[in-house]
Amino acid sequence: MRLIAENLGGERGGETIFSGIGFALEKGQALIVTGPNGAGKSTLLRVVAGLLPVAAGRLLVEGGGEDFPSVASACHYLGHQNAMKTALSVAENLRFWRDFLGADFLSAEKALETVGLDGIGHLPFGYLSTGQRRRAAIAKLLVSRRPLWLLDEPTAGLDKASEERFARLMTQHCGEGGIIIAATHLPLGLEGAQALVMGEAV
Amino acid sequence: MLALFLRDIRLSIRAGGGALTGVIFFLAVIATIPFGVGPDLNLLARIGPAILWIGALLACLLGLDRLFQADREDGSLDLLVLGDDRQMLALTVLTKCLAHWAGSVLPLVIAAPLLGLFMNMEPIGIGATALTLLVGTPAITFIGAAGAAVAVALPRGGLLISVLVLPLTIPVLIFGVSASYGAVANPDPFLQPFLILAALTLFLAVLGPVAAALALRHGAD
Repeated sequence: MRLIAENLGGERGGETIFSGIGFALEKGQALIVTGPNGAGKSTLLRVVAGLLPVAAGRLLVEGGGEDFPSVASACHYLGHQNAMKTALSVAENLRFWRDFLGADFLSAEKALETVGLDGIGHLPFGYLSTGQRRRAAIAKLLVSRRPLWLLDEPTAGLDKASEERFARLMTQHCGEGGIIIAATHLPLGLEGAQALVMGEAV
Repeated sequence: MLALFLRDIRLSIRAGGGALTGVIFFLAVIATIPFGVGPDLNLLARIGPAILWIGALLACLLGLDRLFQADREDGSLDLLVLGDDRQMLALTVLTKCLAHWAGSVLPLVIAAPLLGLFMNMEPIGIGATALTLLVGTPAITFIGAAGAAVAVALPRGGLLISVLVLPLTIPVLIFGVSASYGAVANPDPFLQPFLILAALTLFLAVLGPVAAALALRHGAD
């Protein structure tokens, strides 16, 4: 599949945050979005995901087939928040998202093992540390199969080893034909990724 | 959808879920009335169904603000909205409403017969009121969902939701109470207002979630 953005503009509350953004991603490619605070990285991701309306230009996905006709149906959106309930256990959270998102991939236990959290699936999510919470949220990307990953500061709070593990996961995802768009300040260790710097022209 | 239903039920009974808040509020309201009204048993029996209904209505509104706000705060709401292509958002909202009803409102209906004794009501009146509550309270939840979706971004939306939703729930209250009276007071009919109440619930089961889904979709920021 292909994801194409042409002359994309985004606004929040009637104020233009960015405009004239364009990129084209083939399968297996990644895009790293960088830029200073307030440059519109998160807004761009939310516009791509379809959570905010496209203010200008167009955004289309080609070759998604029947399973993934639109960006919203093809993407995993990992935002600032982890989208996990603190009162439920980690495994319960993951199992819920697995059932809800459909397109099953790894089981909850297997996904936790992949991010190095095996053995704590029974703990309430609220007991975990910031980094562990982020890793559990990353495990959420693995319980359901989606070709497009939209990651907003994915490595915030992760330690060195987890960062490397996550870099391997992303490389593997691209290797399997997935597409990644990540907004970040930290180097992600993703080789051969396109770069988009926002907020320079302003 | 079943997964979402089970998750919300679990959340409502676990710590901080607030399943009991409504029941305790309901209990507090109904238990205070006899003290305020005084020991006139006939009067209590006469106003009993209305008081039960008003208490249940207010207790229903109490927990509504958390319906979407809790999901918004931890980012789940974004993913629920994004899932629109696979699981229609209106159905997601309907499921959340049903889970909210089963978790927070059904206990009120179960507590109502007991509280009816406080009001010196006859057994048949108690039964009729519990039945009308069972049929009528889902309608309040469905209307409330639309209000909760509109006010989801507001930090203290609880009061606003109550003010928005209360006028819309008045028809439910009127038909619920008149059906309850119909069961005890002889010339008044029971079946007609009861059927209208059921119709209101069914109508709002469609309209409420669709309106809420629309509000959620356009309220994302």
